[in-house]
Amino acid sequence: MSLKFFLENAWLIALLPFLSFAIIGLYLHRWPKISACLSIVSIGISLVLALGTAFAVFATKEGVVYEAAMRWLDMPGLRVDMGMLLDPLAAVMLIVVTLVALLVQVYSLGYMHDDPGLASYYAYQSLFAASMLGLVLANNFGQLYIFWELVGVCSYFLIGFWFGRDSAKEAAKKAFITNRVGDFAFLLGILFLQLLFGSLNYGSLATALEGFNNSAVLLIVALLLFGGSIGKSAQFPLHVWLPDAMEGPTPVSALIHAATMVAAGVYLIARAFFIFSASPEAMLVIAVVGGFTALFAASIALVQNDIKRILAYSTLSQLGYMIMAMGTGAMSASIFHLMTHAFFKSLLFLAAGSVIHALANEQDIFKMGNLYHKMPVTAGTFIVGALALSGIPPLSGFWSKDEILAGTLSSGHIFLYVLGLLVAFMTAFYMFRLVFVVFFGSNEAQGHPHESPWIMTTPLAILAGVSVVAGFPGSPLMHYAFGHYVNSPAALHVVPGALTMIISTLLALSGIGLAWAMYQQKLLEPRLLVDKVPQFYKLLINKYYIDEIYAWIVARAVDATAAWLFWVDINIVNRLVNNIAFFTGRSGETLRYTEDGQVQSYALYMFGGIIVILAAALYLGLPG
Amino acid sequence: MMPGLSHYLLLAAGLFGIGVYGVLSRRNVIAVLMSVELMLNAVNINFIAAAKFVNHEQIVGQVFALFVIVVAAAEVAVGLALIIAMYRHKKSVNLNDFNLLKW
Repeated sequence: MSLKFFLENAWLIALLPFLSFAIIGLYLHRWPKISACLSIVSIGISLVLALGTAFAVFATKEGVVYEAAMRWLDMPGLRVDMGMLLDPLAAVMLIVVTLVALLVQVYSLGYMHDDPGLASYYAYQSLFAASMLGLVLANNFGQLYIFWELVGVCSYFLIGFWFGRDSAKEAAKKAFITNRVGDFAFLLGILFLQLLFGSLNYGSLATALEGFNNSAVLLIVALLLFGGSIGKSAQFPLHVWLPDAMEGPTPVSALIHAATMVAAGVYLIARAFFIFSASPEAMLVIAVVGGFTALFAASIALVQNDIKRILAYSTLSQLGYMIMAMGTGAMSASIFHLMTHAFFKSLLFLAAGSVIHALANEQDIFKMGNLYHKMPVTAGTFIVGALALSGIPPLSGFWSKDEILAGTLSSGHIFLYVLGLLVAFMTAFYMFRLVFVVFFGSNEAQGHPHESPWIMTTPLAILAGVSVVAGFPGSPLMHYAFGHYVNSPAALHVVPGALTMIISTLLALSGIGLAWAMYQQKLLEPRLLVDKVPQFYKLLINKYYIDEIYAWIVARAVDATAAWLFWVDINIVNRLVNNIAFFTGRSGETLRYTEDGQVQSYALYMFGGIIVILAAALYLGLPG
Repeated sequence: MMPGLSHYLLLAAGLFGIGVYGVLSRRNVIAVLMSVELMLNAVNINFIAAAKFVNHEQIVGQVFALFVIVVAAAEVAVGLALIIAMYRHKKSVNLNDFNLLKW
């Protein structure tokens, strides 16, 4: 089998999960186990094809680029193709999505084994995988947008999977509506591109953009496109949906809300990097939004007590890191971090799911404790993930985070560099606060926690292994191969210097040390913060009151509009309709007495009418 | 003096007016039917007058008048049959008693 085979048939990677979705939805939904197997087999084949495609793409020293498309919609002024663009960026994303999706689906067999909706769960999982892969493969913005919305729909279905719970229903709606806000901007941006350049294809756009020098229009387009990223990647101020999305099953959080879908916003910036990099102002906005989100979310994560919410805020923070890297021009570093983060964050979520599973849905970390001895595999893999996230060498997070830090430094954003270091410290602290409390704390968990079955621990072990080694392609050990392949002409590519590596490692270690001192050795009392700065603590524990502010604004705006429209409806529309009805009714009431049943009255009206017509004809002149 | 076209038309108009008055005001169905006959005959006079004074080469007016007389005879037969049916039903030929189809 030649490598060309994989390139030409890469569309199967997205099609197979879609077929699995259709077959489960149409025929197999009564047999949950068969549905699950079909879904897993299809994503497994997709993984094999994705690996083959990656081999084909990385076959040459420069990296192969292969594009194919067919017409899907064609009308004057708009053409949308269904196609695929295979390049190193797409190949990396294909591997990440298929690998994490496969492991999550296998894990779900154990996690969801007694759920009555197992078949529909796997149908949604397959649809999600298909949509995400279609998004990654897309060679134009039209196709990207279609799959962009499809992953949003799957996210909605899966957050609200346990729709019997009110909180899950509300969270699903919140996620969908919040995303719509960003997606609307994104759609406007795409339409702008079509209007300005007459094409949605990445390649044609890149060529058309070279001669374009209206920087104001370019800034608007770039910011509108970035609106899509803000929504999907949950950046401030549209970040509010992601923590609530933790209402979904934990494997869903791992796949969609940590590893893949939320990374779509970062992928969008990487794909459209030629647009963003042409507008330095837009890049600055991106960098600042990302950096702010990274710090903002990390500070909230410091004080949360819900194991999944800590991870959710950590995801927000890391996504902010990636977006910030994009903004500083370090596109390759950002995608590198996206890849490593996808592995270790899905590992952390799945391990947290294993803990939640063992403790009968307990999510408060202070009601857990000393689980290390009872769940050694879960605890071990979780610690590997936490070390990788904290950036301890030589785990994957270390290499990717340092590359981002190096990017901020060499692009001249000293402020963002310091901010990045601060976030790295905070990340290490809140992750090891979690580790020490849950796995080594002295609290005793309720019930009899036990290690999860092998079907759940195997994916954990594989992901832990990947989390350790995924950083090597971007390290000096492999001559920075990742940055060589995944790159853009406009992107900045720097390798981290020794100083950055040492500083970030020391900061991570001190974060871990502080967590150890506070939560393991009790050298420092955690209550100290609460007592010393109660307002600040309240601000953090209430997530800066962003939800409350939104609720207030929305309530204000919606209530005021509703009151005004109610007045219009009652006093104008209603009154008009009522008056028309009243007039018609009254006319009928009055005129009905002319219908008296007397044939002579009718004859009289008839003659009267004739006389009137004749008189009119005589007076005005006979017609004709 | 020889009567001209306008004399005939005035006569027909008068006759027609009497017929209309009868149709609208008489309560007896028989009288209404007779008034209708008056109106028809007024029309016949118009036809004959027009045939004599306007177009006396052809006999179109006379033929039409004869047609009207024939149709009127048939109409009277149908009308009288209806009146008999009405009378059998209501024991009355007063039009005021036949006002069932109202508001």
